[in-house]
Amino acid sequence: MADTKEMKKALFGPILDSNPIALHVLGICSALAITTKLETALVMSLALTAVTAFSSLFISLIRNQIPSSVRIIIQMTIIASLVIVVDQVLKAYSYEISKQLSVFVGLIITNCIVMGRAEAYAMKSPPLMSFLDGIGNGLGYSFILIVIGTIKELAGFGTILGFEILPLVTNGGWYQGNGLLILPFSSFFLIGGMIWFIRTIRPEQVEPKE
Amino acid sequence: MEHYAALFIRAVFVENMALSLFLGMCTFLAVSKKVKTSMGLGVAVIVVLGISVPVNQVIFVNILAPGALGWAGFPDADLSFLSFLTFIGVIAALVQILEMTLDKFFPALYNALGIFLPLITVNCAIFGGVAFAVQREYNFTESIVYGIGSGAGWAMAIILLAAIREKLKYADMPDGIRGLGSVFMIAGLMALGFQSFTGISL
Repeated sequence: MADTKEMKKALFGPILDSNPIALHVLGICSALAITTKLETALVMSLALTAVTAFSSLFISLIRNQIPSSVRIIIQMTIIASLVIVVDQVLKAYSYEISKQLSVFVGLIITNCIVMGRAEAYAMKSPPLMSFLDGIGNGLGYSFILIVIGTIKELAGFGTILGFEILPLVTNGGWYQGNGLLILPFSSFFLIGGMIWFIRTIRPEQVEPKE
Repeated sequence: MEHYAALFIRAVFVENMALSLFLGMCTFLAVSKKVKTSMGLGVAVIVVLGISVPVNQVIFVNILAPGALGWAGFPDADLSFLSFLTFIGVIAALVQILEMTLDKFFPALYNALGIFLPLITVNCAIFGGVAFAVQREYNFTESIVYGIGSGAGWAMAIILLAAIREKLKYADMPDGIRGLGSVFMIAGLMALGFQSFTGISL
């Protein structure tokens, strides 16, 4: 049994200290494209956390049986099967959201966080730690997605989770929606800003001058 | 011929994988430090896309599509629910072959690409390209053109970004934004520029 300190580190470390998006540059495609609404961002975070945690667990369980030359195919098969399960669950219990996410649920297969953690951590670590590491990295991803989703939905549409916070001019209110923040590429600027923020409070992540 | 040229131009500029569709972002942002490395990666992506799009197209049309198994005596079979698993399997196999070839014949490039070579498998640009080609029902020739075109567009974007980053080495930025933070901002500005191609129809 690994000691509690180590487990805590695997679980909460990835949120600020080694964030998968802000430090390791993993899993950015979906972070850019689906954060226009907070609701989709939340569901996506949940799906990705589940897939990362369980794929890390299963890959870690059979890590000593996988020949290294075909490891990628085996990892992909496990991940793809898990994504199909998640997709079916979403279709069964929240059909509306699953329709909005359609392509991106499939793209969890190609989300580098899942694969990156499998390759970098689960292939070398015992199952329980890998499971916690998967959840931790899912939380780190969720943290960025939720912040970006909140900013974009609030500034772009004046709502949070569909509830009106800032009444729009078109609805007789006073707030003029920010059209730039609705477009997908504005996430680039927001994530860039978040990285700046994280590195200001965690100066050890600053990259050395070349 | 004109049709194929239009398809190619559209795949390179209007539907640029990296800057219009935001696919293949992880490698795009992380391996664009040097023009030389990003050229190697760009070529690798062109090769993988150029092979895997037509291969997957053939597999989908002849085996997975509804009613495609008529020649084997199963006219009612619809295996299209297996398409994601098949696509990723074919891509993974191709990347593994490419990895072994590079390791044997081009060790310098193999070392330069490091962990990002296995990550080409999970490069959404590849998977996205395959999924789009099948979804739009391209035929065999069209899917070759589309695969190479979208790969070329991705390669162009990463080489441009690497060229900008090489110049930015001399910029004196605040500590927190140096490196990754600034790359996000640059990529955002490039994406803003590529917005001007949207709406062009060929």
